[in-house]
Amino acid sequence: MSPRMRLHHQTHPDHHPGAQPAVVAAVAIGGAAGAVARYGAERLWPTGAAAFPWTVLLINTVGCFLMGVLMVTLKRRFPGAPRLISPLLGTGLLGGFTTFSHYTDNVRQLFGEGRPGYAVGCLLLTIVAALAAVTAGAFSAHAVLGRGYALQDGAR
Amino acid sequence: MTDWLLVAAGGLVGAPVRYLLGVDAKFRLHTAFPWGTFAANAGAALLLGFLAEAVTDGELGNRLQLLLAVGFCGALSTWSTFSYELLTFTSARRVALAAGYLALTVGAGVGLSFAGAAVARAAL
Repeated sequence: MSPRMRLHHQTHPDHHPGAQPAVVAAVAIGGAAGAVARYGAERLWPTGAAAFPWTVLLINTVGCFLMGVLMVTLKRRFPGAPRLISPLLGTGLLGGFTTFSHYTDNVRQLFGEGRPGYAVGCLLLTIVAALAAVTAGAFSAHAVLGRGYALQDGAR
Repeated sequence: MTDWLLVAAGGLVGAPVRYLLGVDAKFRLHTAFPWGTFAANAGAALLLGFLAEAVTDGELGNRLQLLLAVGFCGALSTWSTFSYELLTFTSARRVALAAGYLALTVGAGVGLSFAGAAVARAAL
């Protein structure tokens, strides 16, 4: 083995673990796709500045549900999945699809438009919907995969 | 077509910045608290509040909004990762950590959104 290769095999404690270019690229591609999907939904179902921002609320709810499904599915069903799947679909696609900043800005704008009821409603309803959705997603994945496992065990 | 490309370009940068903030925070701080996601969400809320007030109407303003507000800020910030982190905390019975993380993120996010807008109004 050449000295150069040996050098390469040494661990670098100063290096960021996990920040490899391939993972960053996967997150970037997923993020671009997620942002485009969100923009498509916002163009399809636009909400005015003084209206209740249902579209962003729905985007975030769907994204949280899918994140719960994805994370549990990857962990339980595909623990050996390619390491770029989770960065691509989770951190990238769903992370880029859902948005926290548009949520906070909707709340601010609703206060500015003189709709404090809508603002507080959006503030609280989003929290409840996001938490319920991610929990429901994780639970349904557990339920579906759990039964799948039991059937497999029984067949064996 | 340009509209979609601008949003995609913003997302192409925003999401990996969030990811790298998370990796960096984990590396530097070694805490269970997801400072990376928090920083991404708080930073995006501040920037979007600023942009919403600072960017003017018209062709250029519209394009800047698509690139920076819809694409970059939208993808830099996240609800899905945020909610999954909260679920992991509550599943591990770390309810106080989850409640603190939720309250801090939402409080800082809304506060910074107002702060960004105020800075834009004062500066312009």
